[in-house]
Amino acid sequence: MQRILVALPILAVIVLGGFFLWGLNPDRDPNAIPSALLSKPAPRFDLGPIAGVDSPGLKTEDLMAAGEPVLVNVFASWCVPCRAEHKVLTRLARDEDFPLYGINYKDRPEDARKWLEDLGNPYDRIGADESGRAGIEWGISGVPETFLVDPSGTVVWRFVGPIATEQSQDELRAALKAARGEAGS
Amino acid sequence: MIPELGQFALALALAVALVQSVVPMLGASRGNLVWMRSAQFTALGQMVFVAGAFGALMWAFVVSDFSVRNVAENSHSLKPMLFKVAATWGSHEGSLLLWTLILTLFGAGVAVFGANIPHALRARTLSVQAWISVGFLSFMLFTSNPFDRLMAAPVDGNDLNPLLQDVGLAMHPPLLYIGYVGFSIVFSFAVAALIEGRVDAAWARWVRPWTLAAWMSLTGGIALGSWWAYYELGWGGWWFWDPVENVSFMPWLLGTALLHSAIVTEKRGAFKSWTILLAILTFSLSLLGTFIVRSGLLTSVHAFAVDPERGVYILALLALSIGGSLTLYAVRAPAMEGGGLFAPISREGGLLVNNLLLATATGTVLFGTLYPLFLEALTGDKISVGPPFYNASFVPIMLPLVFVMALGPFLTWKRADLRGVLQRLRAVAAISVIGALVVWYLVTKGPVLAVLAFGLGIWLFLAVLQEWGAKIKLFRAPLGESLRRARNLPRASHGMTLAHLGLAVCIFGFVGSSAWKEEVVVFAKPGTEVQIAGFDITFEGVEQVPGPNYMAFRGTLVVMRDGDFVQNLYPERRNYPVARSQTTESAIRHTLAGDLYAAISEPAAENTGNAWTLRILYEPLVNFIWIGSFMLVLGGALSLSDRRLRVGAPRRAKAPVAAQPAE
Repeated sequence: MQRILVALPILAVIVLGGFFLWGLNPDRDPNAIPSALLSKPAPRFDLGPIAGVDSPGLKTEDLMAAGEPVLVNVFASWCVPCRAEHKVLTRLARDEDFPLYGINYKDRPEDARKWLEDLGNPYDRIGADESGRAGIEWGISGVPETFLVDPSGTVVWRFVGPIATEQSQDELRAALKAARGEAGS
Repeated sequence: MIPELGQFALALALAVALVQSVVPMLGASRGNLVWMRSAQFTALGQMVFVAGAFGALMWAFVVSDFSVRNVAENSHSLKPMLFKVAATWGSHEGSLLLWTLILTLFGAGVAVFGANIPHALRARTLSVQAWISVGFLSFMLFTSNPFDRLMAAPVDGNDLNPLLQDVGLAMHPPLLYIGYVGFSIVFSFAVAALIEGRVDAAWARWVRPWTLAAWMSLTGGIALGSWWAYYELGWGGWWFWDPVENVSFMPWLLGTALLHSAIVTEKRGAFKSWTILLAILTFSLSLLGTFIVRSGLLTSVHAFAVDPERGVYILALLALSIGGSLTLYAVRAPAMEGGGLFAPISREGGLLVNNLLLATATGTVLFGTLYPLFLEALTGDKISVGPPFYNASFVPIMLPLVFVMALGPFLTWKRADLRGVLQRLRAVAAISVIGALVVWYLVTKGPVLAVLAFGLGIWLFLAVLQEWGAKIKLFRAPLGESLRRARNLPRASHGMTLAHLGLAVCIFGFVGSSAWKEEVVVFAKPGTEVQIAGFDITFEGVEQVPGPNYMAFRGTLVVMRDGDFVQNLYPERRNYPVARSQTTESAIRHTLAGDLYAAISEPAAENTGNAWTLRILYEPLVNFIWIGSFMLVLGGALSLSDRRLRVGAPRRAKAPVAAQPAE
């Protein structure tokens, strides 16, 4: 019995070592958050507008209608990082000139309306996703989250968390450039 | 030229380490005293060569020699001198060199101060230490040479990550490493004892000061790191259960268990094989930490540049050292004879509970840290394990530990009278319950667990004081008599009291700042007012202030309470143009009752005017964490200075109560 007991630590370590060896696979990036949607068509959804906000609602067909890549941003008034991201997106949408669509995730219409009045409304369309159903369809892991959809309705880029740092903005510009290049050729 | 000398010194150190890993070990098995004693000189030689290499690298940083790749990537000519020096250990290669330097320092320490250790044990220990040196020196020379040259030297460097340009963080790695790597010598002692096939009370006594020294540094290093996270990251928290925080915390938990089980081995000859196992596992966890940080295995804020080749090399090192030592353990441990018998209710029993709980807690943290890896390997899902898991699993293990911790020092060896102890603690228990109820009345929000934990903190604090008071007959004898008794008490005993009090103080800080924290995040324009925890705070605006290698936006906040001016706070947001990144310099009003904490981040677009994201927190009792940590370290130092640990032959303590060991 004791012989088995004293061999337990080494056995546990061997099992752990197997996992570590697997984890060292150079193709594996623990920071990458996989998205089932990447390079796949955007999901089917149809959201009405937020009550009391001028922007029209958002549905799958709208993503293709623009004829150029569009940015879909999932936001909520209760989400603090969204505040930080909001101005960056406002500026980027103006400077880089792309259509910016919003999905207002699990939010009360009056809160969302006040938030947009306070901070400004850069969105060309906003779908009100009060139930969070569209969020599930998009497979979001949290708010904010942002998707770039090309004119064929394919999700080409995804970003988890606020687009606020220089790095994330560069990433978005690069993805935008790539999506536009493909559409032009 | 000097970097080449550094590299040459590293190669020499490797050669010396190779000799040291064979000759003393052979000498010990053949009884050749000259071969055994050679370890003392080679251990010193190794230390001198590695120190020379470290000096050479530091020199390259000080004079900003950008032809060295490491310097070009991690330094900048405009950086303040302190951070040029600290950048020596800011990169993967440099920190590895520091790691090895500390490894050889501990080897040299045993060579110089280990005069009371038998020759054979000392020779074997130093040989095992040299095995570790060989592993890390070759790792450095073959995969991560800190002295790599760049063929075309750049005009200026890339600058060190600005987050790391901070005094607290300049000191954090050396302290943490002394702790981490210090456990290597305990590991070497354990493996040497297994090879020798003999573990006795004397062995435990020789090992204890080294364990204590490593534990103290690790405590200090972890506390400094969490202090840095608190004021530099701008999130207002001090512990995030990040994988890299966890890998420094696990050796601490297990090292704490080791400190206590070594007492039982020393005093009663029991727990031998368990103490050996703890010694091996504690250092294994340190190695695991080194591996996780440098292999990119898990997502963390501390990631070094990831290189699969390095990961495989460290994993091989890990397999050899941990696998080898545990196999040796599996072979040799059954032969170790059991020690003194004891009743379930006794000092030994109490320390056993301590060890079981600490080991379980370590296992819990290990599981939480590695679970994302397991899950991804088995199912492909990616998740992260955060504070909710640890609050639900780790905290409930710690609470009974704190409860038992108060009782432990009252218990006698072999057999104790639990009923008698509980009776003596009746008053303490009553005060703790009343204290907890008062806290509950004052702070109605927050989880019930927080109130319970706070009550247990009071319980521990008072029980430790009562035990100390009983030892020196405080208030039972004239004051002079008490003072005389306090003077005669071993320092290890005072050390235990201080360290246990320190933990109680920490608990107040942990509970206060995590359960009763208040937080406000606003979008602030000049004139914006915020109310928090009885303070009225007005945002006055932001101005630009230049720094040596950055440009700062400094916000001004006027803090008032009940209409009276309290003070101004100046949180900053710094832009480092060379490193292309920003840091947050939070502004904190420190008081014992709690910290008022402010951080800002800039407007993302110029056209939106002067609106800034302002984050204000009130963290009650948070400073108790640092005070308590300091008491823990000081308690360890007191205990380390006990003369019992310096005299050679084991001595029977005369006074029965004076035989209290430090914990």
